[in-house]
Amino acid sequence: MGRITLDKVTKRFGDVEVIPPLDLTIEDGEFVVFVGPSGCGKSTLLRLIAGLEDVSGGQIRIDGQDATELPPAKRGLAMVFQSYALYPHMTVRKNIAFPLKMAKMDQAEIDKRVNNAASVLNLTNYLDRRPGQLSGGQRQRVAIGRSIVREPAAFLFDEPLSNLDAALRVGMRLEISELHKRLETTMIYVTHDQVEAMTMADKIVVLQAGVIEQVGSPLELYKSPKNKFVAGFIGSPKMNFIEGQEAAKYDAHTIGIRPEHLAASATEGAWKGTVGVSEHLGSDTFLYVHDTGLGEALTVRVSGEFNLRHGDTVYLTPEADKIHRFNAEGLSI
Amino acid sequence: MATQHSRSAARIMMAPAVTLLLGWMLVPLIATLYLSFRDYRPMRGGDLGFAGLENYTRFIGSSSFWPSILTTLIIVGGVLAITIVFGVLLALLLDRPMWGQGVVRILVIAPFFVMPTVSALVWKNMFMDPTNGLLAHLWRFFGADPVVWMSEQSLLSIIIIVSWQWLPFATLILLTAIQSLDGEQLEASEMDGAPTLARFWYIILPHLSRAITIVLLIQTIFLLSIFAEIFVTTGGAFGTKTLTYLIFQRISESQAVGLGSAGGVYAIILANIVAIFLMRIVGKNLD
Ligand SMILES: Nc1ncnc2c1ncn2[C@@H]1O[C@H](COP(=O)(O)OP(=O)(O)OP(=O)(O)O)[C@@H](O)[C@H]1O
Ligand SMILES: [Mg+2]
Repeated sequence: MGRITLDKVTKRFGDVEVIPPLDLTIEDGEFVVFVGPSGCGKSTLLRLIAGLEDVSGGQIRIDGQDATELPPAKRGLAMVFQSYALYPHMTVRKNIAFPLKMAKMDQAEIDKRVNNAASVLNLTNYLDRRPGQLSGGQRQRVAIGRSIVREPAAFLFDEPLSNLDAALRVGMRLEISELHKRLETTMIYVTHDQVEAMTMADKIVVLQAGVIEQVGSPLELYKSPKNKFVAGFIGSPKMNFIEGQEAAKYDAHTIGIRPEHLAASATEGAWKGTVGVSEHLGSDTFLYVHDTGLGEALTVRVSGEFNLRHGDTVYLTPEADKIHRFNAEGLSI
Repeated sequence: MATQHSRSAARIMMAPAVTLLLGWMLVPLIATLYLSFRDYRPMRGGDLGFAGLENYTRFIGSSSFWPSILTTLIIVGGVLAITIVFGVLLALLLDRPMWGQGVVRILVIAPFFVMPTVSALVWKNMFMDPTNGLLAHLWRFFGADPVVWMSEQSLLSIIIIVSWQWLPFATLILLTAIQSLDGEQLEASEMDGAPTLARFWYIILPHLSRAITIVLLIQTIFLLSIFAEIFVTTGGAFGTKTLTYLIFQRISESQAVGLGSAGGVYAIILANIVAIFLMRIVGKNLD
């Protein structure tokens, strides 16, 4: 069980209110991802839930029980840190067994659980090594191992993959998703990475300056963002925003169009511009189109190859039903 | 990138320093070795010729020899134990954020800047004096008979004085070690359900083991040769005669330089035995 409810939770560091009153419910078994720009309070929120920081106001409930005043160990949550925070002088086996030992479990049960976790995480051959003798990915797995043996009510991850290289990140991403499917335990996951958020989450929480901008499934956020901030934050490359006359045509202060919803052509289209840099990814090409008269350069995503060069003229046409409209306050209409 | 050329250039450039250091070590060592085989009494006729191994057998045969070794080891061991235990505790305390941290840290380091002679005299006359010392007043306040520190608790007195001097050193090194501990490790252990004492035992102490070994090694080297503290307090009486002090007495009081030199060679051997013993422990901790 792991239903976590935040009720008007506030956090102040001195005079600075990092998190204004915030409400959030995380259902049992859900995979929730916190995203937001750097410094918006994702880690702080996670640490509040973990109990590593004290709340300045409000209530945290875990499975209906008030956990606001409980020390971290009593909340039944497990946390995986960005730096892994393994104990360097203990072997992998001892690292994984540590929470069980602290819970005064008997040795036979400890051994059983550690071996079990090790086989799940492919660590059986490394049990007698120290963390210093492991690769980044293996360390990450040990950290996860240490958190699963306790069978916690929920897992908390703070950017667990940000120290890994791209290939390993994809692998670990799949492993964590796989783990979630198998354990069906609540997971709260903080990340900077768009792709991680979109692919892993059941529910994404978009934060800005400690305020929840929107909560929803990845596709909900992608298709119907509540405001300009969420629209710009979710999706990669970023959504293009156009203001002024062109927006007024659509009865809006600002309109937004995603790069993948712009069609590019060498001969005809709604907007005329000049090709700037083009990035060839093989499967896609990203064009940066200047001098459209619409303000900033527009980003366009074209499938496959696209053979216009730097300086060539290009015509762009938006898909009419994929245009997002925002009012002067930045809210969707 | 070390080519043949740059390597030989490096050797030439290091040569002066190496030579100087070698000379620095070798000259006194050879002088001691030489004198230990001579019957040399400056005030009673000077060099009286080759003495063979007699200095060595006489030094070791003296009834003061083994007790002096024991005294040395007790003082070194006692001071090490006190400085490390209290050093760890003080370091833990100083690591916590508190008001006036800067001043407190400087105050903690202060004893290190006081000359051994001065601090020993201050302790002897201001704290441990059986009639006027602060400790005597304290004892009387609680209705107890003041301890005559220098004669009744002579070894303990010296251990206390020397510990007071070396505590700052231990504290300082251990404090820097504690500050280098990754905060996330402590938080992780907190989440893993480790209470304060377990966190200290399983996380902080192992993290400190390296620093503790370094304190152990450096202090031992210096503690084996403490002298001033004994000289100005008990003058080697009441069972406080360490090996260093015994050598001093042989040379300056008995005017037997050859005999003292033989003692010096024994001191070198003792230091090496202790060092090998410590290195074994260190070796285990520094891998
Ligand atoms: N101990 C602290 N004392 C004072 N301010 C703090 C403290 N910890 C965090 N903050 C402030 O709180 C805000 C949120 O920090 P937090 O670490 O939660 O950001 P984040 O969203 O995790 O950022 P990032 O993505 O860069 O990790 C920041 O402005 C930070 O400066
Ligand atoms: Mg963070």
